[in-house]
Amino acid sequence: MADVPVHEWTLLEAARKVREKEISSRDLTGALLARIERLNPGINAYITVLPERAMAQAAELDEAQARGELRGPLHGVPMGLKDIFCTRGVRTTCGSRILADFLPPYDACVTEKVLRAGAVLLGKQNMDEFAMGSSTETSCFGATRNPWDVTRIPGGSSGGTAAAVSAAMAFAGVGTDTGGSIRQPASLCGVVGMKPTYGRVSRYGMVAFASSLDQAGPITRTVPDAARMLSVIAGHDRRDSTCADVPTPDYLAAVDRPVKGLRIGLPKEYFESGGLSPAVKAAVSKALSALIDQGATAVEVSLPHTTFALSAYYLIAPAEASSNLARYDGVRYGHRAKGASGLIEMMSRTRAEGFGPEVKRRIMIGTYALSAGYYDAFYGKAQKVRTLIRDDFTSAFGKADVLLTPTAPTPAFRLGEKTDDPLTMYLSDIFTIPCNLAGIPGISVPCGLSPEGLPIGAQLLSNHFREETLFAAAGAVERAVPLPRVSPIEG
Amino acid sequence: MEFEAVIGLEVHAQLLTESKIFCSCSAKFGAPPNENTCPVCTGMPGVLPVLNRKAVECAIRTALATSCSVQRKSVFARKNYFYPDLPKAYQISQYELPLALGGHIDIELPGGTKRIGITRIHMEEDAGKLVHEGEFAGAQASLADLNRCSVPLMEIVSEPDMRTPEEGGAYLRRLHDILVYLEVCDGNMEEGSFRCDANVSVRPKGREGFGTKAELKNMNSFRNVEKALEYEIRRQVELIEDGGSVVQETRLWDANAGVTLSMRRKEEAHDYRYFPDPDLLPLLVADEWVEELRKTIPELPAEKVARLSAGYGIPRYDAGILASSRALADFFEAAAALYRGNPKTTANECIHWKDVILSGRLSPGTIAHAVEDRESGTISATASKKLVELVLETGKPIRALRDEQGLTQLSDASALDAIVDRVIAASPKEVESYRGGKAGLLSYFVGQVMKESRGKANPKVVQETLKRKLG
Amino acid sequence: MAITREEVLHVARLARLALSDADADRLREQLGDLLEYMKQLDGLDTSGVVPTSHAVEMGTPFREDTVLPFGDPEAILSNAPDREDGFFRVPRIIED
Repeated sequence: MADVPVHEWTLLEAARKVREKEISSRDLTGALLARIERLNPGINAYITVLPERAMAQAAELDEAQARGELRGPLHGVPMGLKDIFCTRGVRTTCGSRILADFLPPYDACVTEKVLRAGAVLLGKQNMDEFAMGSSTETSCFGATRNPWDVTRIPGGSSGGTAAAVSAAMAFAGVGTDTGGSIRQPASLCGVVGMKPTYGRVSRYGMVAFASSLDQAGPITRTVPDAARMLSVIAGHDRRDSTCADVPTPDYLAAVDRPVKGLRIGLPKEYFESGGLSPAVKAAVSKALSALIDQGATAVEVSLPHTTFALSAYYLIAPAEASSNLARYDGVRYGHRAKGASGLIEMMSRTRAEGFGPEVKRRIMIGTYALSAGYYDAFYGKAQKVRTLIRDDFTSAFGKADVLLTPTAPTPAFRLGEKTDDPLTMYLSDIFTIPCNLAGIPGISVPCGLSPEGLPIGAQLLSNHFREETLFAAAGAVERAVPLPRVSPIEG
Repeated sequence: MEFEAVIGLEVHAQLLTESKIFCSCSAKFGAPPNENTCPVCTGMPGVLPVLNRKAVECAIRTALATSCSVQRKSVFARKNYFYPDLPKAYQISQYELPLALGGHIDIELPGGTKRIGITRIHMEEDAGKLVHEGEFAGAQASLADLNRCSVPLMEIVSEPDMRTPEEGGAYLRRLHDILVYLEVCDGNMEEGSFRCDANVSVRPKGREGFGTKAELKNMNSFRNVEKALEYEIRRQVELIEDGGSVVQETRLWDANAGVTLSMRRKEEAHDYRYFPDPDLLPLLVADEWVEELRKTIPELPAEKVARLSAGYGIPRYDAGILASSRALADFFEAAAALYRGNPKTTANECIHWKDVILSGRLSPGTIAHAVEDRESGTISATASKKLVELVLETGKPIRALRDEQGLTQLSDASALDAIVDRVIAASPKEVESYRGGKAGLLSYFVGQVMKESRGKANPKVVQETLKRKLG
Repeated sequence: MAITREEVLHVARLARLALSDADADRLREQLGDLLEYMKQLDGLDTSGVVPTSHAVEMGTPFREDTVLPFGDPEAILSNAPDREDGFFRVPRIIED
């Protein structure tokens, strides 16, 4: 068997090889930094690369290992974080000019957990500004490109993380998903992306977009890698009041669970959607066949309020965002407009200069939806629709253990294709949004390539805190549908 | 036309906790600027609030003490507005679903007791403080100190049940006493731990509806609240009598000028866009928790007044003064237990020495001994006062001081006989006039005896002896 | 759904966003389109439906009342665009 290049190893392989001293963390980290140096200028997956810090960390971990001290399951393995997770002393921009120079004096819970597990931090990954976008084009640090075709977008908002993992510029990454921001870019970049149940992973230190929907999760090249990563970052945290106090199961063990007898629900509304591309439909059918071949059964289910999800989401998320982003006022940190003569002018100009058009648009919608006279008609109504959508899932999970749907309606589209038309851009999240509104977990797993050779993902959804079932089903798809793990890019 | 006022009061009380309501910073007053802050209370990106249990307990206990019904489910909401003392640009408060609803407290008025309704009690976080720089050339700026950000507050909103400034003052004092009794608030008005805003309107007497109200702010003492209410009521009545009409607005009390002044604000500033805070889940309060807290409610001022008055036979007014402080009432009861002879005198002494007692410089034994010796005639009222002062000065026991200073009265009739005989012998003319019917001369003889005894004679015994000897 | 230019400017003031004339025009158009799309919700009968703020319903947890100082006031101030003597400094407040 030909030797697999170092950067193409899976996260689990890399961790094992460091643990078994086949390679040092320094050599592993060096290899990845070299790859970043070569490929990142063309992909722009990283906003901040940390070569010195990463090498120092790797050296420290190698020394610790020499003393017989292994930090955790990621000991010595280099990875990246979406630039939404606060990192003490390392700038955390959230893709925005308003935070371009922000140095947090604290680590996010996710940051703490991956560092405590022994991971080496390669850098902070590009994203749509404040995670608002589906293409990573709204970043003030420039768009990220899809490593499968650099004329195309990688999806978003965790596009930098998906592109970095897909192009083997990291063994794994952690993204965030408010309406599909992990799953959709994972689908478009041909990698695995998992959004856990709301409350499974602490949101402490993760810059807030829409607090009732935001959830962190792993982006990796394989399902077992995603399971390993989720075990590392999941768990109760007293600093997040919405974080669930439940035990973290052994997700890795769940990946190999047989799917025989598993009831796969097919929500008819998702497959009847007008925007669904034939290539995506065909690829998802292949995933279904793979599951049925392994003994699962298919059942049609209905999620009747699906068509209302997008509207509800684009009222709830911007409303929460308008309030969450109000703190960027130029007083305590971040950008401040120069030369303002009074306070109101300073704040208004700071925010006008600091935020990009998409963020402003959402702040405007959200402020409007909450303002006097409109609350009941917009925000209040959307919260009720949210109840109906959650109830849809509850009854579907009476008939099925997991739901299988496309992750995105089409493969990756071209840069600039949808930037002028917000509504068309928003429609690319149509299959991923309901899951966030219901708070349930979802995973996107590669299930085919389009005729142009672009990756396509299948989305699997399960009931609250049933991530294990998702890993089992996604593992079964992954084993049955062999696809290239690393995007065919070379710098 | 005769007018009456309609007054509702909103009290903001700082809850007596060690740490802030949503983070672990100290809630203490007076630290250097921004010393008591952290990423959470300064609104840094991604950090989250976690609710302080003690703050909730303080608010629940207040609700129980004011007969409110504690809600099983209440919700924290965000009140959105921009200001440099509000780091997140929203204040976490309770809006649609507050912690407690529908209570009341009874206030004592010259004409009897009046019940004032309480609309709601809710919890919220405080904002920071702005210091304005002087207007020296080109350096006009404000400085933000965020120490107070997220200090726990409770807002208690009354029904518009008060009709006079006196009623407002009585309500405020009673509420203040309750909070201090419960130890949920230190009650310090100067440091802002107990703040009051008032809604005031006037209407022709006898009419049902409400007039347009003004909101009064910036009154930092009970007296100022009463004065501001008086001024504002007069202003509104005069305005209407002159053919004008009241404008709904916020007015600031200027204590120096003794007037309320309009605080102009843009209308849009009032669109707070409240919505449930997605970073906090609903506050659920189990019945068992409420019952557990109910057991911790001490005897409250109204109950105490009634019990002291009936139990010790002291006037309600005096009982009210004693009950204005839990410590004073406890002191009185301790002293009254040590000397059971005359609780009314003991009460008077406690009221007389109130400030000293509250500063912790007297023991109940001192007052009990002072009263006991006075009642037995061992010392005079004057001596009693002097002795307490000496206790405060020297810290020695009162009875040791009494003997040391020779302040014991001559109450022994036999010891007084000699002096009385001497005085009678020295004043034959007066004796004759007295015996001739000038009864008023008795005070002359008493005075002479007191002089002879250098003030130590017991005037009562002197009088009796004189009467007996003069026939 | 039509939204007026005045409404756009009012919302922008509430949100403290300075808008150029071009911004205001573009936002008026875009917000109008989005709100038009969202009007589909009007067709859905939600009477008697309880609103959901969180998909996972439980009570908010508590912290015990213990002081744990952050201990680094300098780190809190060090990102400030303008500071003075331990305070955050801001331009004067003009009440207009």
